[in-house]
Amino acid sequence: MEFFISQILSGISVGGQYALIAIGYTMVYGILRLINFAHGDVFMVAGLMMIYLSASMPLYISVPVVLILTVLLGFLIERAAYKPLRSAPRMSVMISAIGVSYLLQNVALYVTGGQPTTYPAIPFISKPVNIFGVPTQWVTIITPVMVIILVVLLTMLINHTKVGMAMRAVAKDFEASQLMGIKINSIISITFIIGSFLAAVGSILYFTKYPTVVPTSGAMPGLKAFVAAVFGGIGSIPGAVIGAFIIGVCETIIKGTAFTVFSDAFTFALLIVILVVKPTGLFGERATDKV
Amino acid sequence: MMSNAILSIQDLQVNYGGIEAVKGISFDVPEGEIVTLIGANGAGKSSTLRTIAGLVKPKSGTITYMGEDITGKDPTAIVTKGITLVPEGRRIFPDLTVKENLKLGAYTRKDDLSDDINWVFDLFPRLKEREWQAGGTLSGGEQQMLAVGRALMSRPKIMMMDEPSLGLAPLVVRGIFDIIKEVNKQGVTVLLIEQNANMALKTAHKGYVLETGRITMSGSGAKLLADESVKAAYLGT
Repeated sequence: MEFFISQILSGISVGGQYALIAIGYTMVYGILRLINFAHGDVFMVAGLMMIYLSASMPLYISVPVVLILTVLLGFLIERAAYKPLRSAPRMSVMISAIGVSYLLQNVALYVTGGQPTTYPAIPFISKPVNIFGVPTQWVTIITPVMVIILVVLLTMLINHTKVGMAMRAVAKDFEASQLMGIKINSIISITFIIGSFLAAVGSILYFTKYPTVVPTSGAMPGLKAFVAAVFGGIGSIPGAVIGAFIIGVCETIIKGTAFTVFSDAFTFALLIVILVVKPTGLFGERATDKV
Repeated sequence: MMSNAILSIQDLQVNYGGIEAVKGISFDVPEGEIVTLIGANGAGKSSTLRTIAGLVKPKSGTITYMGEDITGKDPTAIVTKGITLVPEGRRIFPDLTVKENLKLGAYTRKDDLSDDINWVFDLFPRLKEREWQAGGTLSGGEQQMLAVGRALMSRPKIMMMDEPSLGLAPLVVRGIFDIIKEVNKQGVTVLLIEQNANMALKTAHKGYVLETGRITMSGSGAKLLADESVKAAYLGT
């Protein structure tokens, strides 16, 4: 029983971390119809920046600085690699995204020299705690709570503010939005800023549990988050969050069995099954959720 | 040229998708009137409106609005200045509620919108009934009302309309033209393009005939309606 609780807890926690990345995928897809392949690497860069910055400044400064720099990185990637291709075929933008992904990995390789770097222990969230008699870290509890708070805030932003209304409009129709006087480039930038911010938060939570960062550290969580976004119905924020929690829990349960080496394959098998049964993903059909 | 023109187009040339869509046209839109451009598919009507709205940059020529050169300004600047376009196919936001659609029409404004929303609801009581419905659930005619209402929310001086009657039943089309007249009576200048030349010329004070990127004829709506060549080409009589 204890083992089961610990698996579920850690699954929810992993799922929450995937969710924070998956929201970035799904929002960018919702607005640009682009799979932003660089998103997982932005997550990895946020991890690396934390390592380097926390070495030279206290955490209460380095955490906000990492959040700001990650946001800036997401913003710059969009401006430099996607905006010039706004009227190009979608495939070109996708290639550009793959290019940015490798560029970030290569820069990370250059900077770290390929050596795994150790993530700083963040006091409080990495502290041990007992839940139902199961020893774990605070981060396991904090992650889902944080995800819920951030998702509620994001949903309020999208449904009840002028900017959110503009985001929903741009996601549906660029040209009609322009006719309303909406500056679509600003709205797209805001989308990347939100996505990168959430990825940065996710990276702090994730690397606290998996405390080494290598240049490819973003690839697997990025891919899993992407699967979660497709699973939930890409373009839908609630879909991405629920998809991420399901994938996180399933994956952790598999990891607790004798088939642990198949856990990644299982994630994709799960995706295939869902897509066969419901090709648009869990929430893909409800167009009102598209952002 | 008329001195009371609120909008004046000079030698406008527009290339669109590699095609010379508009080949140097000039026309004036007098303040307070309904002006129509008629012409067949591909005559360059839509490209002209899209260029005025700022969605397309012209190759050459000038667009003067209230004495100011607005050529090549972006759509946000154009709508802020008081020119709005009701696009072809209505293009309302289907997932957003009727009210949200209206609010987006006033996106560039920072003042209180309640008077304007009530004004639009007075013009279109049907929209008031459907205030909280998603735009996509409205009928074609209601969506056109919403598109017009949304455009009016920007408090325009000129409302441009691209094929407002397209795909609507004849009875609904009559309603749309009544709306156009009503909006015009309330002081909004209207620039209308239509394939339904008959209705357009009956409604408009002034008309221009556009053929393959050039203006070939102009005059009052009544004069063009009576013209033999217009009749033959556009009125099917």
